[in-house]
Amino acid sequence: MAVPFVACLALAARWNREPLGTVADPGHPGFALRDQTAESGIRFVHRRPTLDAKLANIEPHIAAVGASVAVTDVDGDGWPDLYFTNSRFGEPNALYHNRGDGTFDETAASAGLADLNRPGDGVSMGSIWGDVDNDGREDVLVYRYGQLALYRNVDGRRFEDVTEQAGLRRWVNSNGAIWLDYDRDGLLDLYVTAYFRDDVDLWHVSSTRIMHDSFEFATNGGKNLLFHNVGGGRFEDVTDRMGVGSTRWTLAAASADFDGDGWPDIYVANDYGPEELYLNDHGRRFVLAKAGLESESKSGMAVALGDAFNRGRLDAFVTNISERGYLFQNNNLRLNGMPEAGRFKNVADPQVADAGWAWGAQFGDFNNDGTNELFVANGFISADKGKSYWYSMSKIAGANGRLFEDARSWPAFGSTSLSGYERSRVYLNRGLAGWVDVAEKVGVSDDYDGRAVALADLRNRGAVDVIVANQNQPAVLYRDYPDSANHWIAFTLVGTRSNRSAIGAEVVIEATGLTQRRIIDGGMGFASQNDRRLHFGLGRREWVDRVVIHWPSGTTQMLQHLAVDRFHTVTEPRR
Amino acid sequence: MSDATRTSTATRNALERAWERASRFDPRYLIALLITLVLMAAQLRYHMVGGYERLLLTLAVCTATEALFSWFDRGKVVNLLSAYISGISLTLLLKPQGDALWPFVIGGVLAIASKYVLRYRDNHLWNPTNFAIVALLLVAPDRVSVLSHQFGNDVTTNLVIWTFGLIIAARVGVLHITLTYLLSFLLLNSVRAVALGQPVLPELAPITGPMYQLFVFFMITDPRTVVRGRRRQVAVAIAVAVAEALIRFASDRGWPLPIAFNAAPPLMALALVGPVAKWFDLRRASTAKRTDSLH
Repeated sequence: MAVPFVACLALAARWNREPLGTVADPGHPGFALRDQTAESGIRFVHRRPTLDAKLANIEPHIAAVGASVAVTDVDGDGWPDLYFTNSRFGEPNALYHNRGDGTFDETAASAGLADLNRPGDGVSMGSIWGDVDNDGREDVLVYRYGQLALYRNVDGRRFEDVTEQAGLRRWVNSNGAIWLDYDRDGLLDLYVTAYFRDDVDLWHVSSTRIMHDSFEFATNGGKNLLFHNVGGGRFEDVTDRMGVGSTRWTLAAASADFDGDGWPDIYVANDYGPEELYLNDHGRRFVLAKAGLESESKSGMAVALGDAFNRGRLDAFVTNISERGYLFQNNNLRLNGMPEAGRFKNVADPQVADAGWAWGAQFGDFNNDGTNELFVANGFISADKGKSYWYSMSKIAGANGRLFEDARSWPAFGSTSLSGYERSRVYLNRGLAGWVDVAEKVGVSDDYDGRAVALADLRNRGAVDVIVANQNQPAVLYRDYPDSANHWIAFTLVGTRSNRSAIGAEVVIEATGLTQRRIIDGGMGFASQNDRRLHFGLGRREWVDRVVIHWPSGTTQMLQHLAVDRFHTVTEPRR
Repeated sequence: MSDATRTSTATRNALERAWERASRFDPRYLIALLITLVLMAAQLRYHMVGGYERLLLTLAVCTATEALFSWFDRGKVVNLLSAYISGISLTLLLKPQGDALWPFVIGGVLAIASKYVLRYRDNHLWNPTNFAIVALLLVAPDRVSVLSHQFGNDVTTNLVIWTFGLIIAARVGVLHITLTYLLSFLLLNSVRAVALGQPVLPELAPITGPMYQLFVFFMITDPRTVVRGRRRQVAVAIAVAVAEALIRFASDRGWPLPIAFNAAPPLMALALVGPVAKWFDLRRASTAKRTDSLH
């Protein structure tokens, strides 16, 4: 009897040491990601906020967000630009204008988009870009722990604050927002997620009872808001009418037509609670779906959409928290089975399930082989390497909600780290053979506290570059160098009946043995937004059989015989 | 006698009869009833099990191991209630990386096998679930964590479980152990908090969590591994609480302990103190028996 007993102990010890998933060497991943931040001229360093002294014991926790990055094309010159947010009073946000030669100029001050972190207004948490008035120039909404701010793009170089006129001057402690056209009227609507309640001013707290009241099922957070774009530069609050005012602690949202009915739905990742899927009922209202999400309560940090296994569907990858010995919440890779089964199915294998304290993530075909890889940023608070807050966290997490709802009850953070110094993950997709982390192999070795991840082809050369905004640390630009033998195709979409940015458009390509779907996002991941151009890797395929574009207006367009290794600009048919 | 008095007397008599009937049950049935209640509250209200396949697998492994080992050891299959209790405890407490199932298999085998392998004078020394969880946390901390947060962090669920738990502990005759540990925990951790200049409430807060519910009702009071005699049982409960307070003190000071100590202080304390106490208890009983037989 001692034999199986000892064997079990030995097996457990062995499995503890062995790498996760399959042990086979993935071989060459077919791409490299090189840190070229310095060469590109990006010198952005995020600064976290300082808060009311009454929150001092827990400030590192509350102030651990705000580093964001969004991709846009401010002046419509065909080269993607980058906008980073900062989160300390007086510290500027940064707009990096792409010069087209691999370098950037910082132009936020001249554009009027630098000085957005001011007492009374709050501090920036992120931005989303889209052509709100369909004038051909992308406007920007900056969400803050504080007032929302909408800036109209005047001439591609200067922006004007139109928050008041738009009816958006609202105090929302927000970590995320997305553009979507939920009623398909051709105008971008706005969904803003909220974290702390809207009566909380983190610089003048009247009560320290501002925290969540449950680690699993908290509903005492801020109320998410949906604003309908009524035209003429004005928005109206339709949250209650449309049924999307969740008061869970939402950290991220993404929109796509998950159930294939032609109307954009909303997927929400909540901290301290289960994910939520709001199905769009023909633009009349949203219905909270029972889609297999409600029974798993975790700490949703980000939601990225992508076609994980080339099924022609948009699946959802939701990041969560894992820490050895203490907590394995595990990331969710949810396969979209909405059209036939009305459910998502979590198929995350041990590799992608544990990326530490994971934040922003995006699907991208880094090697152009026709399948999506996953880039995941992670790490929460990197302070003293020798001190961890996890032991203190385990005490507070076991308490009654009334206790830890009060920020004063939390043990002081001091100089402790909490899941700090974690290295980013890059998961190579091997289909049924599972995912394998190739981060170090491809050149990703930073251990910053990653928050937002955005993807863009910054030099228009058929590669998916990665931009990571790190909390209280420098941003990083990884240039992608894919296998040069692989082909690619990319699309710039221009909406006519749909919103001009074509946000919400879904493109499905079909090439020999390959079907893949992508969406133009109006914000996706955590505090990030990707390139509006859609990039598809094709592997060795030298042609694309068919391209189907599902425009947000409901129009479906089919294209054939398109050349590969180039960008195609497609304008939506007017009829 | 008024109607109200008659009703009250009848109710009291019915309760007394129920109490008497309950006392005739094998205590393990009451304990099994309680843990089933905990399981149902955890799953139906908060979906805490993490998949029914975990529950079924762990129960299957625990009961099969018990049946096999008991048949091998004693030539017959013993009552499987204890394996059932271990199976449910493991399902609730183990939280593996990547939803892996192997920790439930290994944990189930370790829990039950420990009763047959780690023995002294024909008695096992560790509470099976306690041993399995501690062993997994020590040898596989990269793959296994222990449930440390609450079932929804609300009062109602806590009250239900504590009320039933205390009633059943009283009926099984181990309430003094539960209460001694509770009082020791509250006292020692208050002292520790004050000594370290920390707020007291967060230090007392973990006692309301599910890990402690399972600990005080199913581990430290396990009839097969507690020592004999009320006073000794009280002394051991205090010793466990002291060991836990020392572990927590070391964690507070940032001493480099294995992660199992920081993540599950009460489980580690019981795993260290319980078997030593049981060993001395068995040794003393055996010596006393020998002395009696000589006389």
